[in-house]
Parts: sequence; structure tokens; C-alpha cells
Amino acid sequence: MRESALAYAMLAPSLLIFGAFVFFPFVKNFSFPFYQQSTASGFGTFGKAAPPKWVGWQQWHEVFTSRTFWHSAWVTVQFVVLTVPLGIAFGLLLAVLAHQRLRGITIFRTIFSSTVASSAAVASTIFFSLIGTESGLWKLRIHGHALLDDKTWALPAIALVSVWQSLGLSFIVMSSGLQAIPDDLLEAARVDGASSVRRFRRVTLPLLSPTIFFAFVVGSISAFKTFAEIDLLSPIGKETGGTSLLAYQVKRLAFESESRNGQAAIFAVGLFAIVLLLTLIQMRLERRVHYGR
Amino acid sequence: MAVSISVSQRPVGRSIARYFVLIVMAGLILFPIYITIVNSLMEPTALANGPVWWPSHPTLSNYATAWTNAHVGRYLWNTVIVAVGITALQVSTAILGGYAFAFLNFPLKRLMFVMYLATLMIPGEVTIIQNVQTVHDLGWYNSYAALIVPFIATGFGAFLLRQSFLAVPADLQDAAALDGYGHWRFLRRVVVPICRPGIAAMALFAFLGAWNQYLWPLLVTSDDRYRTVQIGLKQLRTENLSSVTVVFAGTVLAFLPIALLLLAFSKQLVRGLTAGAVKG
Repeated sequence: MRESALAYAMLAPSLLIFGAFVFFPFVKNFSFPFYQQSTASGFGTFGKAAPPKWVGWQQWHEVFTSRTFWHSAWVTVQFVVLTVPLGIAFGLLLAVLAHQRLRGITIFRTIFSSTVASSAAVASTIFFSLIGTESGLWKLRIHGHALLDDKTWALPAIALVSVWQSLGLSFIVMSSGLQAIPDDLLEAARVDGASSVRRFRRVTLPLLSPTIFFAFVVGSISAFKTFAEIDLLSPIGKETGGTSLLAYQVKRLAFESESRNGQAAIFAVGLFAIVLLLTLIQMRLERRVHYGR
Repeated sequence: MAVSISVSQRPVGRSIARYFVLIVMAGLILFPIYITIVNSLMEPTALANGPVWWPSHPTLSNYATAWTNAHVGRYLWNTVIVAVGITALQVSTAILGGYAFAFLNFPLKRLMFVMYLATLMIPGEVTIIQNVQTVHDLGWYNSYAALIVPFIATGFGAFLLRQSFLAVPADLQDAAALDGYGHWRFLRRVVVPICRPGIAAMALFAFLGAWNQYLWPLLVTSDDRYRTVQIGLKQLRTENLSSVTVVFAGTVLAFLPIALLLLAFSKQLVRGLTAGAVKG
């Protein structure tokens, strides 16, 4: 009895915060789509606007039949496909390079992991200052306008910035995966006469697959939620739709111009569904990896 | 003899090739940072023809402008308060939660644990609409409370520390019990000291996350007195469109403290970031 009281006393502060700032707003998010804000409300007018009106499934229907939603979802998927595999491949390449026994290799390890110190906002500000729309020092132009405003090339350009920013993390994760591979396995393969390419493909890569898989899921979840890069790098595309990822749409619909909380909440539900799906896949496959050992 | 020559000669050529590849990759990664630092040291007028590659007449005036006129000093101070606050409180709640899940038996323990893990699956975007409203309702708009309080509990951190606590040898637990240690004393005298590396890794991870937050501070602050450095960069850019050198200086100021911190604690960083990635 005393033990339970102690346990709940220890959990109480967290449970309070989770209740107020995770579970309550999470449940509330599923009720927003059924209401429509009747008057214009934006920043700072919360609670002062007229009470919202019950509109049933109308907004769900509107959003799921709208071009905006499916376009945003499609752009988001493109962004994830552009960033995640590339980030993992580069991270792996750097990790393999830095895994050699060479004098001064620690310096290279430090440099390769250096971009973890750069937030998405720092990376975006650097690249916007270099190639940005008006202030960019290099006037990178394509089809007559700035690279970051081009319909086709803005997204890949932003994806590259994002890959650069996540490179440090990807390198660190891949390196620790490599270091966990027992040297005697590679040594045995070498003694058996396996070439270095063969050793990499037949020994390193299979043993690294749980790490790669982890990086893939975690990287995808964070790529699906990308916001800062879009907000800072794409002043035009984010409004016209070319680069308006789901997370940006949530923010734009909920907090800009007239309030469209209901629609924003539906976009957020879409994001949640994706994150949930990825997490479930991870949990399932992780179990399989465990049994495999 | 011939064998030893061929053995010692090949690696030289090979290691030159290896260094070459390493240097090229390092150059590619550092290039944006290098250009930023070099150009942050230039007079604004010197960049009329694009960025320079070498600071011919370096000046620190951009840093002075960014620090005071553009309020980056204030933004950094706010970020330190927020990040230290979040880290200290997250570590406390995670130690308590981790201890309860690792060493105590209580009703509905499984359900509570699932609830902790469930918080990991709920992205911030799904809770943000109501949370901004809650902040307004509480009168917390433009306050440190708005920036800190929603983040003082962490499912991930509690889970991580539980794993770390579970590795405390059972012998120690028995010995502590024989010495008449209660839970509180066992936690403070045995568990926390033994698990210090795990706690440090978790703390660094929390600090990094808090330092880099973007969307939330953007939504709950509009006042320079509370703005953090990440969204300060956006502010800086709109205010100083004409002098990109000041933006560069501000970016270096936002980047440098965290880079030095990570350099000093690189071991903890690797541990914190790879928790869960590598098994065994």
C-alpha cells in the first residue's frame, strides 16, 4: 500500500503534464473537425471569439475531397522520399570512411558529426542567406527565378538542406552500429578470402540492418513532421502549395488569417496516422529482429 | 624482404587515397559553416559581388550589431533559461518515473507504462492547436512558463532511465535493504550515482531538443523578451534583410554554444542519440 502511494507520488508530476498537454489536447483535436469557428479569430483571440458551430462530418468531407489536402500529403511523401534514403546512405558512407584505423581519424569523426549542432533553423538560415530569394548572396536562378521559388526545384533544394542538417545524426547512429559489429566476424571473412566489397555486403550490411531500419523509421517520422525548413526557406512555395508540407498546413490553417481549426485538426490527424503506422511497423519488425537472433 | 617492401609501400598509396576521400567529405560538410563564419566577419558592403572566400579585413562589428541591436544576446539568454529549465525538470521527472517503473510494484503499473509509451506516438502537431489555446487561457502567452511547462514530462526519458535502472545489480538492492535503506535513500545513494552516464546522456538529449525547438516557441511568443534564438533567427532575417552579414553573425551565435557543448560532451551525445538504435 505504501509502495503504491510512493509510486503514484513519483508519477504524479508527469501524469499531470501528460494529461494537460498531451492526452487532453490529443482527444480535443478529434473534436475540432466537427465544429466551425463562426467569426474570424487568430493569434491572441482564443476564447474571445463567438462559440463554434457544430457542423458534423462536413469538414472531414471537405478536406478529404480537397486538392489542398492530397497535394500536401503528396508533397510530404516526396519530401520524405527525397531526404530519408539519401540521409541514411550518406551517413553510412561517412561512417564506413571514419571506421578506418588512420592517424587523426578522430578529427574527421568530429567534423562528420558536426551538423548535429546545427538546428533546422540554423541550417535553413545559412542556406537562405546563401541562395535565398531576395537576400541570397549567390543568385542561383533556374527558369528565370530563384531556385528556392522554382516549382520543380524548390523541394529537392530544401531536401538537400535537410539532408545536410541531419547528416551528423545519421553519421553518429551508423557509426555506433558499425562499432557494435564484432571485429572477429570481419576478420574471419577476411581469412576466408572475402574481398572488402564482399565483406561489406555479406557481413557488415546484414548486421547493420537493425540500425539502418531504426534510422529509417526515426528519420521518416521526423521528415514527415518537417516545419522549420519550409517556414524559413520557402516564402513563396509554402503559400502556393509547391512546398506546403502537412505540418506547415496545420500551422497555417490553425494560426493564420481566419481560424480554420477544424481543417487544421484534420491535417494533424493525417500526420498522426502516418506516425502511428510507422511506429507500429517498427514495433512489429523489431520483434522479428529479436526473434531472429 | 621483397614482401615487406610491397606490404609497406601499398598502404602509403592507399592511405593517401583514403585521406583524400576523407578530406573531400569533410570539406563538403564544413563548407556552409565555413562560408557563414568568413562572411560574418565582413563589412556588409564587401559582399556586393557575392560571398567572399577569405576574410581580407575581418571585423567583429556584425557580432556587436547582432548581439545588441538585433537582440540575439537576449534570445540566447532566453534559450539558456528555457533549455536549462526543461532539462532539469525532465531529468527529475524521468528519474522519478524510471525508478517507479524499475523498482516499485503498484496497481495499474502496466497501464501506466503503456500511457508513458503512448506519449511517444503522439506528434506535437496533433496537440498544438489545443495547447496554444490552453496557453492563452492560462494567460501564459509570452512567458517562460509557456515555453517550459508543457515539456517537463518525458515518456522517452523515463523509458530510457528505466532501462538503465534495471541494470543495477540485484545484490546492491539487497545490500541496501539490509542496511535499512528506504526507497528514497536507495534512489539517491545507489541508483543515481551508478546510472550517472545514462542520466547524463538523457539530459544532453533533452537539452539539445529544447535548444532546437522551433514551431512551439514561434506560436507562443511574439515578444523579444521571451523569444528563443531559433525563432530569433527568423526575426533577425526579416529585420536585417539589407545586411546579410549580421544574419551570418547571428547564425554563428546560435550555432556556437551548442557546438562547444556537444564537443565537450561528445560521449554522452553519442549515447543519448543512439539509445535504441543498437541492441546488446
